[in-house]
Amino acid sequence: MTIKKVVLKLGDDVSTDIIYPGRFMATVLPTETPQFAFADNTDFNRRLKAGEILSGSAIAAGKNFGCGSSREQAVSCLKGYNLMIVARDISRIFLQSAINLGLNIIICPEIEAAEGDELEEDGGKIINRTSGKSFAVTPLPKARQAIIDAGGLIPYTRKLLGATANR
Amino acid sequence: MAMTYVQKLLAKASGQASAAVGNVLEPEVSLAMSHENGALVINQFDEIYKGTGREAKVWNPGRIAIIFDHRVPAESSKTAGNQKKIREFVEKQGIKKFHDIRGDIGGICHQILPENGYVRPGQVLVGTDSHTTTHGALGAFSFGIGATEMASVWALGRILNVEVPATIKVVVNGKLPKHVYAKDLILHIIGRLTAQGANYKVLEFHGDTIRNMSTSGRLVLCNMSVEAGATSGLVPPDEETLRYLREEAGVTEQVEVFGPDPDAVYEQVLEIKASKLEPQIACPHAVDNVKPIGEVAGKKLNQIVIGSCTNGRLDDLKVAAKILKGRRVADGTRMLVFPASWRIYHKAMDLGYVQALSRAGAVVCNPGCGPCLGIHQGALADNDVALATTNRNFKGRMGNPKAEVYLCSPAVAAASAITGVITDPREAGR
Repeated sequence: MTIKKVVLKLGDDVSTDIIYPGRFMATVLPTETPQFAFADNTDFNRRLKAGEILSGSAIAAGKNFGCGSSREQAVSCLKGYNLMIVARDISRIFLQSAINLGLNIIICPEIEAAEGDELEEDGGKIINRTSGKSFAVTPLPKARQAIIDAGGLIPYTRKLLGATANR
Repeated sequence: MAMTYVQKLLAKASGQASAAVGNVLEPEVSLAMSHENGALVINQFDEIYKGTGREAKVWNPGRIAIIFDHRVPAESSKTAGNQKKIREFVEKQGIKKFHDIRGDIGGICHQILPENGYVRPGQVLVGTDSHTTTHGALGAFSFGIGATEMASVWALGRILNVEVPATIKVVVNGKLPKHVYAKDLILHIIGRLTAQGANYKVLEFHGDTIRNMSTSGRLVLCNMSVEAGATSGLVPPDEETLRYLREEAGVTEQVEVFGPDPDAVYEQVLEIKASKLEPQIACPHAVDNVKPIGEVAGKKLNQIVIGSCTNGRLDDLKVAAKILKGRRVADGTRMLVFPASWRIYHKAMDLGYVQALSRAGAVVCNPGCGPCLGIHQGALADNDVALATTNRNFKGRMGNPKAEVYLCSPAVAAASAITGVITDPREAGR
């Protein structure tokens, strides 16, 4: 299994205003939103843009991650850097949008991880290789699996329409 | 099977006899609302059809509403470009419930929908805006979704994977004291439930305080239910709902209403005595950091904002105008007013509220969402402190992470404008 390094540790109730500040909302396209990820955390934003954060790195968050505004930019900006979110729990709209866009999210109610820790996904749990502790993962809602399997909501909707894309 | 209001609504919307909590349904959508982020929805909608050889047509143009409110008039060429893209899409698809930047039919989406009779009891209403919870005030199961989810709704006409939510029953009885309003009530509720307390659940409001409350107040309760994490706030429809639809929203046809079963099972019951409530303040940087006003009175303020989808309605402007008429906004404090719609703005002019606020020193702006989320006018400087009747006080919310935002009712905002510090409206002498 691949090891994911925690590059940012966050507390509870991190809102989408923190992940993607409102003043950048006129930018909507998933190809353009990553530049404003965590824009008010100037150091982390700079490291992201400078390519200092490896693709596949992890953000460890507390409860209610992604609360507040429904802005999907908060999901697409993280997806753009291929970050993994390990959170104690995730707010409703953010969770659904993350599944829809294929952002790697893991709900891990007891997760304890500090910046620099190395996490390993192992079946139904997350092992913090740095602390040696392991934490159970809450599976994503079963009903969502079809969307995940289809590669996101766009291909899934296409399938439901009985259409196929020739690309 | 005894059902809560949302269970019964979802069963009906899905053509089933019953709907148990946790059941996964795919109900038809009655109304699908977007604002400027419709530009992203269009992008994702086009993606669905790209390469399929099919024409990208929305399932039902009559059931889509698009309202420009976040950045009106456009503050940048980028926004103007997004608005233009949406305008062209609206024209091409034949979408009729479109509210462009206009001084007659324009305004904030969560006011435009109810006041135009687009919202009805029993509807399944989705919007690409988290405050879509607002419309539960008229008995619609109404909730926020992401842009890609909306693109899927535009294509399919139904919303996928709706889990029937558990319900928290909020029972409020008694008379709200003078200068205590729906806003104080919902802030108190959020403080008690916390920002996560209603995650994946709905709030269903009951009690004589709610029965005696105008739709305007109910819209405030449901609007901010999302700040406790609720999927929707819901007021089972009653006589007041029908009065609002008939008299204020111009609905002429018969409206069918139903209520929850008396023996419905609630996950939690929260009881509140309205008469014991005081004006409430949500302190930085969390909406659940709620304190009675006495604990924060005297805090120096740089900016006061009255308006937004939460508290920009006629009764809100009336309260503010009554307190501020013939008085003056304190030097060193700036006051901005954003009515929720132009219809409200016109009535507020007819009744002299706009004049009273303006003569007191308030800047009465055009209806829009701008300052609430720091995207269009009213941005804060470093270390500024704002007091606002809006709905969120997250770090950076009003455009600057080094500023602070306190949330309150219009009465508190108006009383505080006179003194320049957080002030209890019960001490404002009106």
